[in-house]
Formats: sequence, structure tokens, C-alpha cells
Amino acid sequence: MATAMKQRPAETDLIQSKENQQQNMVLHVKNLEIFYGEKRAVNGISMDIEKNSVTALIGPSGCGKSTFLRSINRMNDLIPGARAEGEIIYDDLNILSEQINVVALRKEIGMVFQKPNPFPKSIYDNITHALKFAGIRKKSKLDEIVEESLQKAALWEEVKDRLHKSALSLSGGQQQRLCIARTIAMKPTVMLLDEPSSALDPISNAKVEDLIVELKKDYSIIIVTHNMQQASRISDKTAFFLSGDLIEYDITDTIFTNPSVKKTEEYISGRFG
Amino acid sequence: MNTRSKFDSHLKELKDMLMEMARKSENAIKESINALINQDIDKSNEIIQNDTIIDDLEHEINNKAIILIAKESPVARDLRKIIVALKISSEVERIADNAVNIAKSTVHIGKEKHIKEIVDIPIMMNLALEMLSDSLNAFLSEDVELAKTCAKKDDKVDEMYGKLIKELMGYVQKYPDHINQINQLAFVCRYIERIADHSTNIGEHVIYLVTGERYDLNA
Repeated sequence: MATAMKQRPAETDLIQSKENQQQNMVLHVKNLEIFYGEKRAVNGISMDIEKNSVTALIGPSGCGKSTFLRSINRMNDLIPGARAEGEIIYDDLNILSEQINVVALRKEIGMVFQKPNPFPKSIYDNITHALKFAGIRKKSKLDEIVEESLQKAALWEEVKDRLHKSALSLSGGQQQRLCIARTIAMKPTVMLLDEPSSALDPISNAKVEDLIVELKKDYSIIIVTHNMQQASRISDKTAFFLSGDLIEYDITDTIFTNPSVKKTEEYISGRFG
Repeated sequence: MNTRSKFDSHLKELKDMLMEMARKSENAIKESINALINQDIDKSNEIIQNDTIIDDLEHEINNKAIILIAKESPVARDLRKIIVALKISSEVERIADNAVNIAKSTVHIGKEKHIKEIVDIPIMMNLALEMLSDSLNAFLSEDVELAKTCAKKDDKVDEMYGKLIKELMGYVQKYPDHINQINQLAFVCRYIERIADHSTNIGEHVIYLVTGERYDLNA
């Protein structure tokens, strides 16, 4: 084996490359601990989330991945007894700070859930509902955002002739893409997806997967999935959680071909979980 | 705790099939050299015919590997086990082809008296067989260190090959009526040298299987 030492970069290069790395990150998680009452669900994890990439969170049920995901836009605030310690830095602000305006935060960091949950309203109103709350009233502006969001969610061609029909008349896969369009309409920076295609048929699942890969051009995406193949297909980096710990976090290709930690290998190859 | 015992037993079967194929190829090589020394045409023809058994085994291994990839979605080491089984089966198949090539050379030489006693070819063959045996045992026990020993022996085989070819070419002028035999013996040396190369490749595949990283044993 070649044993030649690699030439070491100069110290300034190292500092610069570290700065570049920092700039490529959208979130910095530092010593994050999350509790439900006395029970600690996340045990002091630290990780950086890259901009314009798909980060997959995997692990068996109860490992803390969804708890972590929900903490990123403060959804855990709704659970009595839930509290978080540590930091999640976004745009130089600690998301977990009490001073954070949670409504404003959720505009920047949107979320899509496992089960499609459109409002029992028209397709058009589903998208404009939050926009109106945010003060956008002009019809032409709303029309523009509706089209743009549906285009980005790869749903426009399928629904453009029935925008004022009920969203509940759409198929499950279309409803989920509508929920993604609804999130896109708020022009978020980060999109959190909690098993977004686990309730969908294979074709709808494939469409949502294609969409996620397409969306990372404009957004930073964090996805919780129980589907290993989905994680390996669509994500750039994968984080493996177990019992509240972050066991391994690496480039997805590495995690699925040659992970460093035995537990990761056992999990991704279906030996437990 | 093992939730994929069925899959694990399929992986073990794949390994067993590969070892069976490898042992058959190893035997074919040994027999082909004995037939060469003893000028045993019947045995050589038998080796040529029996190659289809090894070819069939390779197809079975490939089919099983393809089905496991399609149905089990293997990742990491599981995936490497399957990929390496495909690669090693191909090396082993080519090793068996060289047994056939040696047998064909024996047929071509026929009953013509050997120009000299065949001594060095079996020595070179034993070295190549040791390499094959080492690489297969390395595969069986997933032993990286054993796999690496192939490289050293391959250097010796290459050295012997160079020496033997030079010697054989020296006989061309001395035995102008035996050019065919000299040619065939030179071919046999080349076949043995190839067997050693394929054994080295098996060693490299074993290292990849265990470490997940490509390794060039001839570097």
C-alpha cells in the first residue's frame, strides 16, 4: 500500500476551508438534548446540516429522529412536558431560544407530515390560506404563487384545470404533493419531511422522491424515513440514530456501502430494528 | 439477534457454491498437469468435457446473486459478499478455462516424446496452486493477511515464467522438428502464469470484501 504522506495544506488553507464549510451549512446543532418530562429522548447530539442538500435521518422507532426533526421548527412546543437544551443555530439565531417568534420560524422552516393533511378547502385555498395570514391579498400575486408552488411540487399539470375543486378529491400522492406545494408557497429555507411518502403507493412514492431531489436546488431538506432504499436513493448525507444518540453521520454513499460503526451496518442491513 | 436468518443462509449457500466451483477448478488444474506429464490424452479430453460442469456452476452462482440483489436489497458488507461472489466466480471460471487450455496442449503434443523431462512446469504449477489455495482460504475465513501473501508468490511465478520461456525458446534451434511441442509447453507456462494472476485477483476481491476498499496487490 502506498504510504507516502499526503502534502499537508497550509494553516490558512485549513482555516479557509473550515469557513467555506461553515458557509455551506444551514443549521448547526450543538449538544441538543430533548426531554419528555423526565425521560430524555435525544442525548446531546451535535451535527451540521448542509445547505441545498437532502439529509436523511434513519433509525428504529423511538430512536429520537422524529423528536429531533420536530425540534427544528419547534413542533415539540405543542407537547406538554417537552423541553430542549443545547442549541440549534439557524441564521445566527438559536431556534430554541424563548425570544424566537415561532410563527415566523415556521415560515422559514416548513414541515410536511407522514399523512397528507390538506385543509378541507379547494386546492387553491390550501395554498393561499397561510399567504393571506401573512398579509398577501392581491389576487394576481396569489395566482402567481399558487402556480409557482404547484409547478415546483410537480402537481400543476395535474390540477391546473380544477384549482377550485376540493383538495380532498385528489389522490393520496397528489394530496401529499399539495402539502409540499403549500409549504413551498411560504418560501421556506429548510423543509422538514417526516416520512412523507410512507403512506403512498409506489408510483406516488417515486414522484415524491423525484420531487425531493428536484427541490434541493432551492431548499435544504431534512427527511425522516423508515425506508432504507429511499434514504439511499435520495439523500446526500445520512444520520443514524439509536436510543437518542447520533451513532453515525456521513455521506450517504459511505453509510450504505461501508459504514464505520457496526451498529449502523446491522441496522441498514436489516439485522435489527 | 438476527432478523434476516433466511437471507444469511442464502449468502452462505452462495459462498458454498463458490467454494465447490473453486475446488472443482483446482482439481481440474492438478489433473491437467498430471495428464501433461503422463501424456494422458483420455484424461485431457475428460477435463475438456467436464468444463461445462464448472461453467454451469458459474451460471448458478450468477443467477443466485442476481436474485439476492433483486429481492433482498443488500447493502454494505452483504452487498460486497454478493458482488465479490460474482467477481470471484468469474476468476475461477477463467482458471478452469486454463485447465482446459493445458489439456488441449497435451492433446496437441499427443504421444510425441518429450524433448526433456517436465520438471519446472510442475514446480511453477505448485506455486500457482498454492496461491489459488491461499486466496480461496482467505475468502473462506475472510483473512486479509493471507490474501496479501498472493502478491509475493505471484512475483515468483512471473520470474519462473520468464526463465522457462527463455529456456524453451533456446530449444527451438536445437529441436527444429519439435517446434509444436516447444510452442505448446510455452503456452502451458503462459496458462499457469494466468492462473496465478487470477488467484491474485481473488486475493484483491477478498480484501475488498473485508475492508470495503479496493486494493492493488501488484502495485
